[in-house]
Amino acid sequence: MEAAAAMDHHDQHESTGIDHRKLGMWVFLSSEFLFFGALITNYLLYQGQPGFARPYPAEIYDIPFTSFSSFALLMSSLTMVLAHNALARHDQHATRTWLLATAMLGSVFLGGQVFEFTEFITVGGMKLTTNPAASAFYMLTGFHGFHVLLGVLMLLTLYGISRRQGELSEASGLNLELVGLYWHFVDIIWIVIFTVVYLLASVPAGVG
Amino acid sequence: MPDGGWFGYQPNAGPFYSPGTAMDYWALGVQFLGLASLISSVNFIVTIFNMRALGMRLLRMPVFVWMSLVVALLLLFSLPIIAIALFMVTFDRQFGSLFFVAEAGGDPILWQHLFWLFGHPEVYILILPAMGIVSEVLPVYSKKPLFGYPAVVFAGAAIAFLGFGVWAHHMFASGISPVAQAAFGLSTMTIAVPTGVKIFNWMGTMWGGRIKFTTPMLFAIGFVAMFVIGGLSGVTHAVVPSDWQQTDTYYIVAHFHYVLFGGSVFGIFAGLYYWFPKMTGRLLSEKLGKLNFWTMFTGFNLTFAPMHWLGLQGMVRRTAYYPPEAGFDFWNLVATVGAFIIAAGVLIFMFNWWRSKKHGEPSGMDPWDARTVEWTTPNPTPEYNFGVAPTVTSLDDFWHKKYAEDSEGRPVRRPEAENTLTDLMETGINPPHPIHLPAPSYYPVLLAAGIPLVGWGIIYHTSFVGKLLILVGVLVVASAAFGWSMEPLEEPHDEHDDSEPSGGGYPSAEVDA
Repeated sequence: MEAAAAMDHHDQHESTGIDHRKLGMWVFLSSEFLFFGALITNYLLYQGQPGFARPYPAEIYDIPFTSFSSFALLMSSLTMVLAHNALARHDQHATRTWLLATAMLGSVFLGGQVFEFTEFITVGGMKLTTNPAASAFYMLTGFHGFHVLLGVLMLLTLYGISRRQGELSEASGLNLELVGLYWHFVDIIWIVIFTVVYLLASVPAGVG
Repeated sequence: MPDGGWFGYQPNAGPFYSPGTAMDYWALGVQFLGLASLISSVNFIVTIFNMRALGMRLLRMPVFVWMSLVVALLLLFSLPIIAIALFMVTFDRQFGSLFFVAEAGGDPILWQHLFWLFGHPEVYILILPAMGIVSEVLPVYSKKPLFGYPAVVFAGAAIAFLGFGVWAHHMFASGISPVAQAAFGLSTMTIAVPTGVKIFNWMGTMWGGRIKFTTPMLFAIGFVAMFVIGGLSGVTHAVVPSDWQQTDTYYIVAHFHYVLFGGSVFGIFAGLYYWFPKMTGRLLSEKLGKLNFWTMFTGFNLTFAPMHWLGLQGMVRRTAYYPPEAGFDFWNLVATVGAFIIAAGVLIFMFNWWRSKKHGEPSGMDPWDARTVEWTTPNPTPEYNFGVAPTVTSLDDFWHKKYAEDSEGRPVRRPEAENTLTDLMETGINPPHPIHLPAPSYYPVLLAAGIPLVGWGIIYHTSFVGKLLILVGVLVVASAAFGWSMEPLEEPHDEHDDSEPSGGGYPSAEVDA
């Protein structure tokens, strides 16, 4: 019977010892690095070019504000780890709390981005169509925001499952790990974006 | 007048020079295809790394599987780049961004960089599977193991790796700096090294073998010969001053057809003839197959060889009319005749396929005396592939189950070989234990149906219908994604449904355990 059960799952065993879905997520995320790599390169190519229509993105950044929303996003990685840890301790209640906290912090970041875009367009006068650097800025940060949005949706789904079933089972426990991997990736990319695109940004000589 | 080529060079394919929706359909269509390829590549990588048979170490995998893995990695790392580039095109055309608008400071050359950063790995995506097929076919019909198996594998990986550092050789005439030209010229020449390794290994495989000139073998040998010609003309493009003469002429067309038609397509035909029994349980007609090969081989060379001289004489590409004084007429006539001969060859193939599917000679389990594990299942392969998951103990595992070596290293068929085959056939048709296949699902189809709705919506986003299409498309995609991820992977285990046979045409796989 033991042998029969083993045969039953002969197509399910993992040669590397890593769960299929988890390996799949790692593989997918490795592709995402190139996705954001292309977007960041694109921005870096355009941000320092002289002669564009004003304003350049770097002229209108509100660094203190973006630092605040970046802080919220970084803290969400902490709460994500706490959720994972709580699930490992089979503390379903704490798992739900930290999942919700992660989703909330992600939403704070998203709200911050909506506010930032609105300010840039209405007050700063920088639209997608203003100059190529602005186009690149909106495309990069917009795609990152889209990734955060998907992450928030996945977190809320996990929260919903946990509420409905009263717990996250072993199988969905892995799902929490997958969402966690994705979430940390989105955070790490933001660290790069905030550093390279916001903090190290420069305007070409003669501007500003 | 077409709006732009498959390469979508900017600003020609941008909103100003190509108004209308044609290039929007192109950009979004390629985008969605890329998404599909990306998802499959994740699937292939996880499958190959994680679902190998017991004992199937990485360096025991068939070369075709290896090359499929390498191709999946190439897709994984090159597709996100073209995704961004295509988003830039769509944003420029639909939402007024200025990425490639030179008047506003945008850089059309950036498109070429991003396009070829994907586009050059893409040509290796096309050729590496064919190289894998040929590496399977040549040993079988030479009755010898692949010469230098690890070298062939690592050369394939090296081609893929170097393939990310050569893209600008498509742009030597675009005004990139001399340093960049020298660097990309050199990196392009280095690609010839691993490629040469493969060619010599294939020759070494055939050397001293008992060669059987079956149709797959003919196509495989044709591949090697034609690919060498295409590879040599390829090296001539790596020399920058020479490339300036050749760029945008028919010499380039000749080159890439020798690698992609004489190469990829011949390789695929070798694979089709070789694995047809796996798909159908029957053999393709050898007589028609040989006719098929020789017609295509002749037609191919008549069509594309003259393009070398036409190109060097200055016949440029993408031109509607060439005056008779240019002197291009004769070789173009030859090429046209050749093209019709290729068409005849393909028709012979289609007829062969159609006829052999029903009336071909039954193949049995191992028609080619093959070397690799896929031939240890009945033909056509049942849905569940293997009745019992195979255990692999060496490279060319199946061969070593059938053959031992005598004192001089010649293969001697094991006396128990026939029994081994009979047993494998038996367990393949009647698995000793029940096999559960993943339950089929409609959600992927639903999800796929939602994606083009979003695409149409983006193209017509200024209208109400467009906005509605985006909304509906997003809802369809989202609900299908939720349904798909919530769906149990397998049906509950304790119900053994005997009413439905698991393998099409085979007796039920459900033997009471």
